[in-house]
Amino acid sequence: MTAHLHAFGAFLPERVVANAELAERLGCTSEWIEKVSGIQERRWAAPETTVADMAIAAAEDCLGKAGIAASTLGMLIVASGSGARGFPGPAAEVAARLGMDSAPALDLPIASAGSLFGLALAMQMTEIYGDVLVVGAEKMSAVIQTEPLDQNTAILFGDGAGAVLVSAQTGRWRLLDAVLHTDGQYRGDLALDGIGPLRMNGLTVILQAARKMPASITEVLERQNISAQQVSVFLLHQANLNLLTRVGKALGVRPETVFSNVQRYGNTSSASMLIAASEWVAGNPEPGPIVFSAFGAGFHWGAIVADART
Amino acid sequence: MSPDSTRRQRLRTLVQKVAGKPAPDDEQESLFESGLLDSFALPDLVSAIETEFGVKVPDSDLNPRKFDSIERMDAYLADRTQ
Repeated sequence: MTAHLHAFGAFLPERVVANAELAERLGCTSEWIEKVSGIQERRWAAPETTVADMAIAAAEDCLGKAGIAASTLGMLIVASGSGARGFPGPAAEVAARLGMDSAPALDLPIASAGSLFGLALAMQMTEIYGDVLVVGAEKMSAVIQTEPLDQNTAILFGDGAGAVLVSAQTGRWRLLDAVLHTDGQYRGDLALDGIGPLRMNGLTVILQAARKMPASITEVLERQNISAQQVSVFLLHQANLNLLTRVGKALGVRPETVFSNVQRYGNTSSASMLIAASEWVAGNPEPGPIVFSAFGAGFHWGAIVADART
Repeated sequence: MSPDSTRRQRLRTLVQKVAGKPAPDDEQESLFESGLLDSFALPDLVSAIETEFGVKVPDSDLNPRKFDSIERMDAYLADRTQ
């Protein structure tokens, strides 16, 4: 199996929602929001903007950077936990509007870890289907604005989309290995039933995530004989700055190797890891091993390691 | 098993170290509902317990209720050492 990362893309809505705006609605302070989450602001999509709209914008950004047409894709995977309808999920609409006429388009409605699972699937699928585009897109503002607002979730989430192109053709990074895990006994601790409200048992989520993310990263790195200290960057699901910091400490790595943009975009669920990757790549980083990891509803979690092409 | 006063005192010291404030006198009081600890202090508390008592808390035991109060932590450790 050979699979390579060719390009990333992202889309973020224009509207910036600063902590002060939310604090007024929630009866708390901007400082408290930043203290418990590290978040200073997030983006919210316009009411008429859909998950599919944002997914297409990120997909087009990614395909443009890769220099290929959507019509040549062999498969599309769209991760989203906030799609507008039960079925079909947004993948079919995204495929049609991108101009894909018969290639398979797969939905992954598992929220936070969705793009990680999509990327791991794409690693396997690309030899069979050719180029695979993975997109994570979320309109979490629609989920958290169910009245009455829940202070614990309303402060966290934002909207956006990210994308990555995976191909069997040699690209900038070779995907080396992936580990995925699910423990369904916690399926009720972070869940969205119908239109809301979002249910989150923060104590359980943080306790499990703080342990399982570093463990899965260690698991995949040990299989590839790569130490955490050799990794150039950790591109993690941007759930909460406090969690990102703890994962870095647990791994014993330099804080600057744990990429974060949660301060500016909040938690964009399945989109966050790919938005982070897109921003990191735009900084023209030095070559070296990169690690992706996510944890979220399900609980689903895991990690993927890639390295400069060999 | 009856409460272990030495173990409870060690737990009180750990809670104070993680919270930066004294543990409550009431050993049944929820450390989280009272606001003494937040969700991000919980992983730190569990790690501190593992180090202090030389036990490994398996993922299957990572239930916040087990670490919600001095009394519950003491009961968990008592079960582990039986």
